[in-house]
Amino acid sequence: MSMETSAPLVSVTDLNVKFVSRESTVNAVNDVNLTVNHGEVLCIIGESGSGKSVSMRALMRLLPERRTKITGKLEVDGQDVLALKGKELSAFRGGKAAMIFQEPMTALDPVFTIGNQIAETVCRHEGCSKEDGLARALELLELVKVPSAARRLKAYPHELSGGLRQRAMIALALSCRPKLLLADEPTTALDATVQIQVLILMRKLQQEMGMGMIFVTHDLGVAAEIADRVAVMYAGRIVESGTVQEVLTDPKHPYTKGMLSSTVHGNMRGKDIEAIPGSPPDLRSLPTGCSFAPRCPKADDGCRGQLPPEVTLGPGRIARCLKLDDAPPAAKPERETALA
Amino acid sequence: MSMTETKAALAEVDTRDARDRGGEAQPMLIARGLKKHFPITGGVLNRTVGHVRAVDGVSFTVMKGETLGVVGESGCGKSTLARLLMHLIVPDSGELIFDGDGVGQKDGLSVRDMRRLMQMVFQDSYSSLNPRMPVEDSIAYGKTVHGASKAAAKEAARELMKKVGLEPSLFGPRYPHELSGGQKQRINIARALVLEPRVVILDEAVSALDKSVEAQVLNLLRYLKDHFNLTYVFISHDLNVVQYVSDRVLVMYLGEVVEIGPVDEIYENPKHPYTAALLASRLSMDPDERVEEPPLVGDPPNPINPPSGCRFRTRCDFAEKICEVESPALPETDGPKAHVCACHMFVPKSGHSKAAGLDEPAPKTLARSAS
Amino acid sequence: MTDITANSMQPEAAEQGAPALKVRSYWQTVGYRLRYDYMTLFFGAVVVLIILSAIFAPLIAPMDPYETSLIKRLKPMLYQGHLLGTDELGRDILSRMLYGGRISLAMGILPVLAATLIGGSLGVIAGFVGGRTNMAIMRTVDVFYAFPSILLAVAISGALGGGIFNGMASLTLVFIPPLCRVAETATSQVRNLDFVEAARATGAGTFNIIRVHVLGNVLGPILIYASSMVSVSILLASGLSFLGLGVTPPEPDWGLMLNTLRGAIYVNPMVCALPGFAILITSICFNLVSDGLRSAMDVRM
Repeated sequence: MSMETSAPLVSVTDLNVKFVSRESTVNAVNDVNLTVNHGEVLCIIGESGSGKSVSMRALMRLLPERRTKITGKLEVDGQDVLALKGKELSAFRGGKAAMIFQEPMTALDPVFTIGNQIAETVCRHEGCSKEDGLARALELLELVKVPSAARRLKAYPHELSGGLRQRAMIALALSCRPKLLLADEPTTALDATVQIQVLILMRKLQQEMGMGMIFVTHDLGVAAEIADRVAVMYAGRIVESGTVQEVLTDPKHPYTKGMLSSTVHGNMRGKDIEAIPGSPPDLRSLPTGCSFAPRCPKADDGCRGQLPPEVTLGPGRIARCLKLDDAPPAAKPERETALA
Repeated sequence: MSMTETKAALAEVDTRDARDRGGEAQPMLIARGLKKHFPITGGVLNRTVGHVRAVDGVSFTVMKGETLGVVGESGCGKSTLARLLMHLIVPDSGELIFDGDGVGQKDGLSVRDMRRLMQMVFQDSYSSLNPRMPVEDSIAYGKTVHGASKAAAKEAARELMKKVGLEPSLFGPRYPHELSGGQKQRINIARALVLEPRVVILDEAVSALDKSVEAQVLNLLRYLKDHFNLTYVFISHDLNVVQYVSDRVLVMYLGEVVEIGPVDEIYENPKHPYTAALLASRLSMDPDERVEEPPLVGDPPNPINPPSGCRFRTRCDFAEKICEVESPALPETDGPKAHVCACHMFVPKSGHSKAAGLDEPAPKTLARSAS
Repeated sequence: MTDITANSMQPEAAEQGAPALKVRSYWQTVGYRLRYDYMTLFFGAVVVLIILSAIFAPLIAPMDPYETSLIKRLKPMLYQGHLLGTDELGRDILSRMLYGGRISLAMGILPVLAATLIGGSLGVIAGFVGGRTNMAIMRTVDVFYAFPSILLAVAISGALGGGIFNGMASLTLVFIPPLCRVAETATSQVRNLDFVEAARATGAGTFNIIRVHVLGNVLGPILIYASSMVSVSILLASGLSFLGLGVTPPEPDWGLMLNTLRGAIYVNPMVCALPGFAILITSICFNLVSDGLRSAMDVRM
């Protein structure tokens, strides 16, 4: 049943997402290409409005269909996500791919106990009895290290603390052994001491279950903690990608560099932070050239005039910038899939 | 006035503020035993069934011109503390002394006057601006409340917009929804400064902003502090940001102060096990230096029924019998440089097995090098 | 220090090159949305037409609405210049309907206006002050709320006696509780927002905050609700007149006309249905306009 391991688990080609209303068209995601291999963690880093969450929701087909225009190709484990309908779609969601959100209260149903919700999902996808479902729910809560799991099975979401709720949502997402886990800022609302617990837990579970994972965050520290590969998004485009070491220790795109330099860390008191000036562009009217050009210290007329192509710097290492210091002589803007 | 005289006068302004009442050494703000318990009502008759001990006997001082950072996890009472300082919530007990004058006391400082001298910036830049009001009017509002004419207030608002880096003619007439998060927070800062306060309380003022914008606002806050001779109380859950802005740091846990001291002392040599765990929970920016073991397990307990004795004992690796029985007190601070914590391990003869070796710094097992 | 200034000024300086977004206030946005909502515009136009025809009734009415004629009783439409026929006393129905619109619309709009003022103020105060004041106001209001509105209106007008003024007074009393509720809910939501707290932190007084910060934010929901109440008020007023409370004969009023023409339903059903149609169309139009307003005002800003 499993595909050949050489084929990527997720492959997104030329994804465009536009929100259309009478007043304006919001270009939320523009020409995004990405791949995730089996058992790999890809972190999408970006600020609010960068299109990172919208891309995730497009992958799960969670966007309101009437107001959204999605083009491009979305494939998960060989399945064309955009072609899914009705039953196939609900089998896909939760079965092959599952998603966890920033605020678990919105994803968990407040009127059912945690145990019932997990059992119900298990039964729906696997057609087992209620008892088996509950047994599996208990197993899952123990897996995500919920203390006194048997008691918590009978708890309602509001009776749990933030960290436990997030764990319960992870348990719910893992209930059908998905091949792909999408995580949309799942630790952002948590306290620092709880966030690190959840991150370590998620990394461990991902490794044990061999899942592919796309983890969306705005926090470079979170990416450093959990990612194998990183894609940096700005104004709906991926501006840089590579392994987590490459991107965080040797950033190429001016935006990534700016993000790193404007993150406060260590003892910098009394010194100015090298902030990126300005604010992100209006997604209703993106600049013609590089979207980052208005805030970029290196930008010139060339950057403002044309959209920089994707420059391949190495296997799976891409940056979308005309001003890369040591860019190889115009390699063809074709992405190479990771061979390893 | 001659040139030299002007210079001398300017130098004077730099060090001393004409509004000083208590003298330079008088702390700007002294809080003593602030306490606020929110009743929880339940049942058909709306009877009080319990209390959330949001702030439970908090005492500290803020010196003139310094930045006091307040850190802690959600539910530790940081935001309630900010509102108690502003008297937006009336404390159950405790007193507040502003530059030598008791707030709300007879022959002290009235709450209304205090609110002119102390202002607050809220976390949510969206909901803290009136959506139906052009932002320059939002800034000017405080001025008109205190009797300024509409024109004068608007002039002051426009002047301040320049100071926070927004062109008044371009941004002044806009409505909040037409500004980005960072711009809105700049407006909020300008709004807080329009009454020319001496103290600004920043309640998670940069937490909701994107990192690149956060850096801009932090730079701006630093500049404004110098420019207007301000004193900050900076409340945040982000330890890196607190380290960047603060001169001294106060750590809260479940409504109590567990540790207070100069920032470098706290970050390099944390005493309280909670502070150490909090610092160890910071994420490193280096993927090769991942945190592999969580420094703490579990969530903070519910502030409705906090644990007996030391409130941190349920999550503490060093908890012993004494921690359950007796609540450790925060020693009286001796001046602004003091570094004290509320932990039995640091009280000689407290009954804790580690208490004997008092000269030892914080338990090394928890403290990760802070850099 | 100068370079810090430069740094903090710089960000927006970069943005000033970009074309500025058009500044549009909330009400301008609502107007812009309404402009493209053709359904609401159409029904709004009908409402305006009905109101205008009521105001200018003396100018457009083809005949005297009080002139009776025993010969021309209950004639069908288009009879001898009576476009919509005549009633049981031979009076011209079209003229009576035009004149009747004056009273019916007044009975629909004025009580709602009065109730919006009284109930709205009570609700805003209850919502903003909270605590005991809220308890006192809202529980009193709840007592009235517990009665079905038509029963309450009938009971009050019955006690006060007939007449247009008493009818309006009783309708006002009926609409105060729901409007008070809506105002209270909207206000207590706004009260908890940070900008109100920020206003308190500047030392502003309660009434100043209500005037400057609260009213602008609760007016929208209150007005939407009030506009939907107009149709209910027209129906209730017609009901009162129908029962002989409220408007007294020979004043023309849609409800009263419906009542008197009821007897002629087997003689001339078309004619006697006309006042009913007028009530129906007017209240439906008011309802649809209020729905349109609601969606236009539902701007997340």
